[in-house]
Amino acid sequence: MNEHRRFRLAETRAPHLPLRRRLMSAALAAGALALGAGLGFAPAPVLAEESPDALIERVGNELIRLIADDEAIKRGDMGAINRLVDEKVMPYVNFERMTALSAGRWWREATPEQRKQLMTEFRNMLLRTYSGALEQVGNQTLRMKPLRAQPGATDVIVRSEIVQPGREPIQLDYRMHKVGDGWKIYDLNILGIWIVETYRSQFNQEAQRTGVDGLIRSLADKNREFGPGKGSQGT
Amino acid sequence: MSAPPIARTAAAALLALALAGCATTGADGQGGVASDPFEPFNRSVYSFNDALDRAVLKPVAKGYERVVPEPARDMVGNFFGNLADIWTGVNQLLQGKPGAGFSDFWRVAINTTFGFGGIADVASLMGIEKHDEDFGQTLGVWGVPSGPYLVLPFFGPSTVRDGAAFAAVDFWGDPIVEMTSSHGRRNNAYVLRAIDRRARLFQAESLLEGAALDKYSFTRDAWLQRRRNQVYDGDPPPLDDECAYCDEYLDDEDDAGAQATDDRTGDAPNPPVNERP
Repeated sequence: MNEHRRFRLAETRAPHLPLRRRLMSAALAAGALALGAGLGFAPAPVLAEESPDALIERVGNELIRLIADDEAIKRGDMGAINRLVDEKVMPYVNFERMTALSAGRWWREATPEQRKQLMTEFRNMLLRTYSGALEQVGNQTLRMKPLRAQPGATDVIVRSEIVQPGREPIQLDYRMHKVGDGWKIYDLNILGIWIVETYRSQFNQEAQRTGVDGLIRSLADKNREFGPGKGSQGT
Repeated sequence: MSAPPIARTAAAALLALALAGCATTGADGQGGVASDPFEPFNRSVYSFNDALDRAVLKPVAKGYERVVPEPARDMVGNFFGNLADIWTGVNQLLQGKPGAGFSDFWRVAINTTFGFGGIADVASLMGIEKHDEDFGQTLGVWGVPSGPYLVLPFFGPSTVRDGAAFAAVDFWGDPIVEMTSSHGRRNNAYVLRAIDRRARLFQAESLLEGAALDKYSFTRDAWLQRRRNQVYDGDPPPLDDECAYCDEYLDDEDDAGAQATDDRTGDAPNPPVNERP
């Protein structure tokens, strides 16, 4: 699949059309970088007082470089993608918080074991969804927008764009909160769509019908059905 | 997608119905989502659109992708994109953004000349960014609320405001209407544009399949967020009533194991909202 056409999706004006599809394509295009820049970041040996936007900029650029140079990742090799995410992304993500917020009140009702399963399946779902776009990572750059935060804030929105030559920039924002003396991401916005807000109603709708176990089962089924090699991963 | 008069009439009728509906239904149906009081109706239109797509548009677009080489398809997409920029520019002006508006007109001028009538997007290569505005967004900027979510037959996700803007204004602002007085040629243009757009969506389609537990509500929620984001040009203010980030649900994050003593039920009507920057 060529990146050109796929990215054009994000910018093509089509007010009369099933917008959901254009949306989703845009999200897909952004996904590569979401993964890279988005799902999290590990406070490697960093300066103690790195600001949240500096962190995003540093890790985002590193990920763009790493992904662009890695054929296995661009091919959609889930093993390689998982390693990259574990090493370079998850240390900067509070994924428990992200899952808890997405699960809403069901998080309270879940047992520790259910919470663990929910996190595992949710993570797999997000990785699976966005890994297909990684092959497009190449000569993009990250453009940070000014951070508007009160001094001493412990919860901020970091705003950025992925700039790609000849195409519309991809909006990518992060909600981050302070944990100790570092910052962690707990939500990601691709082209105006927040993951937590979107999955919140997906999870709630499913759990209302079938409970927490049913929700976990649906996620697991989905992950199996659309897992690697099942043909849903783009090319 | 093309807009045969029947489709437009149907859409207009549905809008009238929907508007009448809002007057009587109120904002929140029982057990439903506040932004989607017409959910049962919307779901059936959604299924109708889906079935129609599977039966007609998708196979045609697949064939188009197979037969027409990619550079030619890019040219088709650029051509329609260039036309769309005109209407985007007009809406920028209506929204009080002359800078962005003239940038869009400048794109049209460059692409129409150096881009050989729009088939090459030279302006993007020069770093003049493409934007995306329509009359629904303009109404939003003017302060018109979006109204309930509404799935239009043939055209897909919308809201009462955006659907009305589309049927009453955007459709007529479409440069294809001005381009030729021949209905035949105009319809050919609509059809080609619909096929072009559909062919760009295959990837997104499989993403939706894999990411959504319920495609209908996933599409709705993502679309409404995206739409609001567009109205505010990427920087919407936080919603007053959103509790997506309440610490309500995170009782054990900071003090593990404390949840047993907590008597909050988690679905209290007005949980405390976090202060956000």
